[in-house]
Amino acid sequence: MSESTVARSDLADPATRQALMAGVDATPGSAKPDSILVVDNIVRQFGGITAVDVSHLEVQRGIITALIGPNGAGKTTFFNLITGFDKPSSAKTGAHWSFDGATLDKTSASSVAKAGMVRTFQLTKALSRMTVMDNMMLGAQGQAGENLLKCVFKPLWSGQEKAIEEKAKELLQRFKLLEKKDDYAGSLSGGQRKLLEMARALMSDPKMIMLDEPMAGVNPALTQSLLGHIQSLRDDGTTVLFVEHDMHVVRHISDWVAVMAEGRLVAEGPADTVMSDTAVIDAYLGAHHDTDLGDDALLSDQAMVEIQQEVAAEQAEREEEA
Amino acid sequence: MDTIQAILNSMLREAISPQTAAVAIAAIGLNVHFGFTGLLNIGQSGFMLLGAYGFAISIGHGLPLIVGVLLGFAAALVFALVLGAPTLKLRGDYLAIVTISAAEIIRYVGRSALLTDFTGAAQGLQGVSYRTPFTNLSFFGDGDSTLSPFNIYDIAGGAVWVRLVGWLALAACIAGIVLLVKAGRARPTVARRASRDAGGRLTPAAGTESRADLGADARQVTAVSAPVRRMGIGALIALSVFLLFFLMPTSYQDTGVSGWWVRFVAWLLVAVCLLVVYLLVRSPWGRLLRGIREDEDAIRSLGKNVFAIKMQALIIGGLFGALGGMLYVLPASVQPDSMGRSLTFFCYTALLLGGAATIFGPVLGAVIFYAARIMIKGVANAYIPDSIMNGQQTEQFSFIVVGVALMLIVIFRPQGILGNKRELRFNV
Repeated sequence: MSESTVARSDLADPATRQALMAGVDATPGSAKPDSILVVDNIVRQFGGITAVDVSHLEVQRGIITALIGPNGAGKTTFFNLITGFDKPSSAKTGAHWSFDGATLDKTSASSVAKAGMVRTFQLTKALSRMTVMDNMMLGAQGQAGENLLKCVFKPLWSGQEKAIEEKAKELLQRFKLLEKKDDYAGSLSGGQRKLLEMARALMSDPKMIMLDEPMAGVNPALTQSLLGHIQSLRDDGTTVLFVEHDMHVVRHISDWVAVMAEGRLVAEGPADTVMSDTAVIDAYLGAHHDTDLGDDALLSDQAMVEIQQEVAAEQAEREEEA
Repeated sequence: MDTIQAILNSMLREAISPQTAAVAIAAIGLNVHFGFTGLLNIGQSGFMLLGAYGFAISIGHGLPLIVGVLLGFAAALVFALVLGAPTLKLRGDYLAIVTISAAEIIRYVGRSALLTDFTGAAQGLQGVSYRTPFTNLSFFGDGDSTLSPFNIYDIAGGAVWVRLVGWLALAACIAGIVLLVKAGRARPTVARRASRDAGGRLTPAAGTESRADLGADARQVTAVSAPVRRMGIGALIALSVFLLFFLMPTSYQDTGVSGWWVRFVAWLLVAVCLLVVYLLVRSPWGRLLRGIREDEDAIRSLGKNVFAIKMQALIIGGLFGALGGMLYVLPASVQPDSMGRSLTFFCYTALLLGGAATIFGPVLGAVIFYAARIMIKGVANAYIPDSIMNGQQTEQFSFIVVGVALMLIVIFRPQGILGNKRELRFNV
């Protein structure tokens, strides 16, 4: 245990992180030296459409892992599945995932959060008709005052309440929301709500925080500060897994990148390696991205036949796989 | 003058009647469901009817009073569990559908001729069969009393000028209460603005809100500290209650079928329920309830067992409903048809009128709702000739007016009388 804590505090240093991840294969589903989250064989089908089909994924403890992929790749569904907000179709046929050594196959969303894996949402879920402070206070776990039998007697929870309030103020200070603490969360701007949601998730001291598109709809200045917050989280020892579309952001802060396309995990590796990976480029830009569509040669019958053949071949390949 | 006095008198009688208190308690329970947790329970009358049946049947079969009360609660508890278990994991609408139909099922089962020995079928249970243990508890003695003993007829025999002075004083008291409550509302925003000033961060971007604050500043000529204000409100309320009874002396039997004893117990129970709800919602548990009302998934993602909390809220609100039901039948009889859908909607009217998610809202709403209905009926009876509207029609007319008033409230003052408009503004 002491060994891992030493390793954790060292992870604030980029060189250590690079050294740590250098030994890891840049292939989908590769094994990590110290994985906090292990996912096996998780499939989610909506009718005939397979939204998620991940056979194996490990997330390294103490670093920032980015989960990227084009629209509809199944990133958010994947998030919902592992945080207990959705149930995999493969639940009875070998879906298995564990967090920090504990199996999470059948746990509810609240138990997942209690285990230390807290998520935020793509569409922020600030509790609008409650004050910012109340929003924060809800984030703390193990509150005696949330027990129905104890809540009537104030002395049983007022001490803990004060401690939580102090912690909430500290976090609000860090996220520059302190002067808003008595305002209704509904009066905050979109970016401030993102900050609030992240701060609220941190109230429970999670081992791992899962951010679903933290930068969506946030202005560049705020993006900078959000990035700073995420990095400081990692430096404090929290594992971060986040979904993002902005490649600059991903390149800037992530230590490891996992790429999803059409529900599958297609690539993994450090940001630079992954972004030059052909599978990733194909997923984002299409396999024919370097074909010049303005080229008159394309209009010739021969070119059309060639493309058709190519498409048919790909189709056959896919069917074979399935 | 005498007609007006008579109408006012009957309004007061209705306002303090035990059935008004019973509806107030049921509305308090509904407030826990709808106002704080966001559970759309449209079957509160089912809880009330079950409480009433549990209470009346067990006492009618010779069980002691306390066992009857406990059985009434137990019936509501089981009802809540049965309704909640399948629906609380689904979206809110399903609970609404299930509660309204379950309440109707309870009513129809109660009416069923198969159960005549227990429920008395459609005739219901006569009050005599279960009231005695309760009236035996009374320490009020026999005889009649008038409240207040010192009243308007003691000064100049109730001359017009005495009445006018009394009513003016009452109006002044109510105006004072409203002003003090409003001053209390304005305080936090003013204080926050001041602190922003101190930090030098006051920005003109605050816009309309800061202008509203300025208005509050201007009105608040003298700053009153919170405890003084609260004491002032309390004193004014006490004074206005006294003035009401001074202006409209009311007499009932001390114990009797529907006398001071049942009124005393009913309003005492209302006070106890208010205290319980206050203690519950100021706690972190109450905060969880409001969190669930705002967004269940967010609360779930923070590691809270949403289902358990919703179930607890459903049960607690249901128990309030059962208590309301027992009180409702004490001065009358258990009539399944008088405790149907319309009773649920009366509870909702009281709740929305007073203000959902407030402590005193349901009680204030219930009192005003029943008093206003009597007023409409009385005024229509007295001033509209029978050729246009007869006695039976005024009864129906009063319900129409109440319905229209409810619509107007929801449109123009959705937060009710006591609700917080700022809270409602962010209804996303």
